[in-house]
Amino acid sequence: MLSPLAQTRTAPVQAGAAATPKLLVDGLTKRYGAITALEPTRLEVPAGEFLTLLGPSGSGKTTLLQMICGLVEPSGGRILIDGQDETRTPVHKRDIGLVFQHYALFPHLTVAENIGFPLRMRGVAPADLTRRVKEALEMVHLGHLAGRFPKELSGGQQQRVALARCFVYQPSVILMDEPLGALDKKLREHMQYEIKRLHRETGATIIYVTHDQEEALAMSDRICLMNHARIEQLGTPHDIYARPKTAFAADFIGVSNIFRGQVRRDGSGTPMLVTGNGSFRLSADTPDRPDGTLVVRPEQLDIDGDGDNEVRGEVVDTVYAGSETRVLVSLGGEETITVRLRRGTAPPRLGEVVAVRWRADAGVLVS
Amino acid sequence: MSAAALNHDGAFAAARRRLRFGPLWLAAPGLAFLAIFFLFPVLRLLSLSVQDLETSAWTGDHYARIVATDVYFRVLMSTFRIAGLTALLSLLFGYPLAYWLAQLPERQRGLAILAVMVPFWTSYLVKTFAWMVILGRTGVINQILSGTGMSPLPLLHNEFGVMAGMVHAMLPLAVLTMLPVMTTLDRRLVQAAETLGAPPANAFWLVYFQLSLPGVAAAGLLTFISSLGFFIVPALLGGPQQTMLAQLIISQIQEMLNWAFAGALATFMLVAALVTCWVYDRLFGLSSLSGETSGRTGGGQGRLRGAGMSILSGLAKASTALGGPVGRVLGPRMMDRLLPLYSAAVIVFLVAPALVVVPIAFTTSPFLDFPPPGYGLEWFRVYFNSDLWVSATIRSFAVAFATAILATLVAGLAALALARSSSRWRGAIFAFFLAPMIVPRIVIAVGLFYLFAQIGLVATDLGLIIGHTVLALPFAFVAISAVVKGHDWRLDQAAATLGANRVKTLMLVTVPLIRGGLVAAFLFAFITSFDELTVAIFVSGGVKTTLPKQMWDDMILQLNPTLAAVSVVVFAIVMALLLIAEWLRRPAR
Ligand SMILES: Nc1ncnc2c1ncn2[C@@H]1O[C@H](COP(=O)(O)OP(=O)(O)OP(=O)(O)O)[C@@H](O)[C@H]1O
Ligand SMILES: [Mg+2]
Repeated sequence: MLSPLAQTRTAPVQAGAAATPKLLVDGLTKRYGAITALEPTRLEVPAGEFLTLLGPSGSGKTTLLQMICGLVEPSGGRILIDGQDETRTPVHKRDIGLVFQHYALFPHLTVAENIGFPLRMRGVAPADLTRRVKEALEMVHLGHLAGRFPKELSGGQQQRVALARCFVYQPSVILMDEPLGALDKKLREHMQYEIKRLHRETGATIIYVTHDQEEALAMSDRICLMNHARIEQLGTPHDIYARPKTAFAADFIGVSNIFRGQVRRDGSGTPMLVTGNGSFRLSADTPDRPDGTLVVRPEQLDIDGDGDNEVRGEVVDTVYAGSETRVLVSLGGEETITVRLRRGTAPPRLGEVVAVRWRADAGVLVS
Repeated sequence: MSAAALNHDGAFAAARRRLRFGPLWLAAPGLAFLAIFFLFPVLRLLSLSVQDLETSAWTGDHYARIVATDVYFRVLMSTFRIAGLTALLSLLFGYPLAYWLAQLPERQRGLAILAVMVPFWTSYLVKTFAWMVILGRTGVINQILSGTGMSPLPLLHNEFGVMAGMVHAMLPLAVLTMLPVMTTLDRRLVQAAETLGAPPANAFWLVYFQLSLPGVAAAGLLTFISSLGFFIVPALLGGPQQTMLAQLIISQIQEMLNWAFAGALATFMLVAALVTCWVYDRLFGLSSLSGETSGRTGGGQGRLRGAGMSILSGLAKASTALGGPVGRVLGPRMMDRLLPLYSAAVIVFLVAPALVVVPIAFTTSPFLDFPPPGYGLEWFRVYFNSDLWVSATIRSFAVAFATAILATLVAGLAALALARSSSRWRGAIFAFFLAPMIVPRIVIAVGLFYLFAQIGLVATDLGLIIGHTVLALPFAFVAISAVVKGHDWRLDQAAATLGANRVKTLMLVTVPLIRGGLVAAFLFAFITSFDELTVAIFVSGGVKTTLPKQMWDDMILQLNPTLAAVSVVVFAIVMALLLIAEWLRRPAR
């Protein structure tokens, strides 16, 4: 049975899929002279979704975001919000909120004045404005700091003011460009939770940029994985983790063990991958292709356990990380694989030669 | 990440540039203004210098006459001599003071700089008047000397008088130009050199001094160029031997209305200024003037560099040799106090003239006796009851106010435009806005006088305002640019995403955040105009006189205590403005 929380999360996504998407980016592209910052890209975001743009530095995340809010002029393509073409709408007339990495709080205005700014720009009546600012402040638990100036706040508090300033005018779409990039790890995790809570409470449509894969996995309804100025793969976190389409996707999300090789069929028609580490059976539903990369996740590997495939190697390191233990097994030369030990299993000794096995349907063959 | 944000900022500018109303358009009013009231009149004056008076045919006669006529040639030479000496002495006296300031703790340095700045904020005419009072035959110094039974010294109307006045005026500029380089200079480098075995003198000359050279060169450039166009100081403190080019130009225009010849003289001055700039640019790069780091730090390449190094080593040896015996005579404690004592003496030299004027303003005597025989308010009464003085004060105030508003507005738009533009014209436009600072004032003033005579702006307030705005624009522009450079444009982007249009973003975000620069620009422009004589000497006339012009006329005719009273009033007005500006500039709440 689904928890009520999960229901509220998934419901708008499903409803949105049928109706017009909240945001539709169609063939959007950006070139700077010879550099292509974003290849023509199509992206549909249903109302209420939390979509994460994830990718390495320079992959075009910020470019995409800034085109959506109008700070960068596209070289081609369209942006539709609720079915309306907004490609040429000036920034200040788009109903879009942007949370900056470095907060961009106005240093000459108090916390309350910062949060009231977008309402003032929209001509909200003073009484109404005061009330909404107060609500927004309470939403981020900063009611007591209304009269302070931004430089009198800690990094986490400033970030919460920036969030309140964005949520207060309920824009159709909220964009966040690495909003937690400047915070330390503990605060980051807390703020991730806060942002998810705001998303839940307001039902806002959020596009969130990060290059931290754990953050993306933890927060998103869907992840849009970007690389080399285009979308590499778009799907739910589980989708991308379990069924990466490319070696890049497999490598970027989670830890992967990777074997490159040629595909052959044995006598019974079972697909096999011939690699430098031996031949491995692939899952029966593997699509036909001459070669590829086999991805096996650490938790799918077993030391001295059962499985269709096997590699042998020497234990070179064991890493204890609190909730789990990882074992690094050297296959000779530079090659190592990572195995995640099951709970309660005693780690092997360093230097011990072990057999690592996995089932044929545990691996995924990608391009 | 911030680099990426900056990239996008550039992209923003690039995208807007393609639209009709790009950011560079904001510079258009300033460019048009300078083209009409600066570039055109100066070029016109230069072209007059190669035209025959009657036939308008091309001729080099005027130049030939300057070189051939002994008097004119001597003036040319004495101009370069005085300007060169002024620059040299300002550097010599200023360097130890700047060195001392650089090592003071921040707070004390701020206070000391205020004192160093006193001549900078004091009107040229007030300063010069003060020197006349101090150096005159019956002046302060000579009265003290005769009090001790010594015979009076000839201090005024000779080279000494001119140099005192010039160096006093230029020293703050020299010190303030050298200071930023020295404060950013890492003193640990000198310590490192000492731990590496360099004796203190070597460490100073071969490390510290060499690294501070760009600042020294910039100070030399600015003081030399500014000194070229002086006329108030040589006219009032010097004798015939100290006549400078600007005086000659003024008399050519005022007494003979010989535009062509004045144009030729102006050309000499302009060329001298430009050649100096060019040489400086070759050696250091002009961009280092505005504090931007250039690739070329410290004296040139190759042989020049080698020669420079051996000179510095020589200096190091000499100062070690000299330092030893002097140190033994004075003792270590005295040696440590040498620099503070010296600095205090220079600061007294800078501040004292402004103070000497005050008691004289309250004298009961009709003469400039010092100390005054008694105190009263008589000369203030004379001042406030004189229509001439009062109307001149009001006119100066109004003109300065209008100039300040105009210059701040035009320079502010231009500075905003240039900060956000990535156009390849950027550098050229930047230089154009600074140009009125490099072209000697007298050249601009004569050019404007010619233009105004044709379009009927002579002896009008509008003419004065226009002329003063041309002179004030570079200062306002620099003041605003310095602040705009540190402005975080992401805040403007944030305002836009929050729903603010361009005008609201400008008024609610940009302007409040660059307020410090705007206030400084307003102040610089106001004081430039309030103290301006070069344009006023030609453009204001008859009853429509300004305060500096009225002071000038009085000082040429005869010194009197009313001038002291006026000086005190001018000084008070400027101080009040400084205080108001300081108060306005403080961040709100
Ligand atoms: N103004 C610009 N001019 C030229 N190239 C640009 C400009 N802005 C961005 N680019 C280029 O476009 C590409 C995409 O940049 P973008 O900032 O979108 O990357 P990103 O995914 O946000 O990276 P990061 O994670 O580092 O923020 C990069 O190669 C970048 O160098
Ligand atoms: Mg980015």
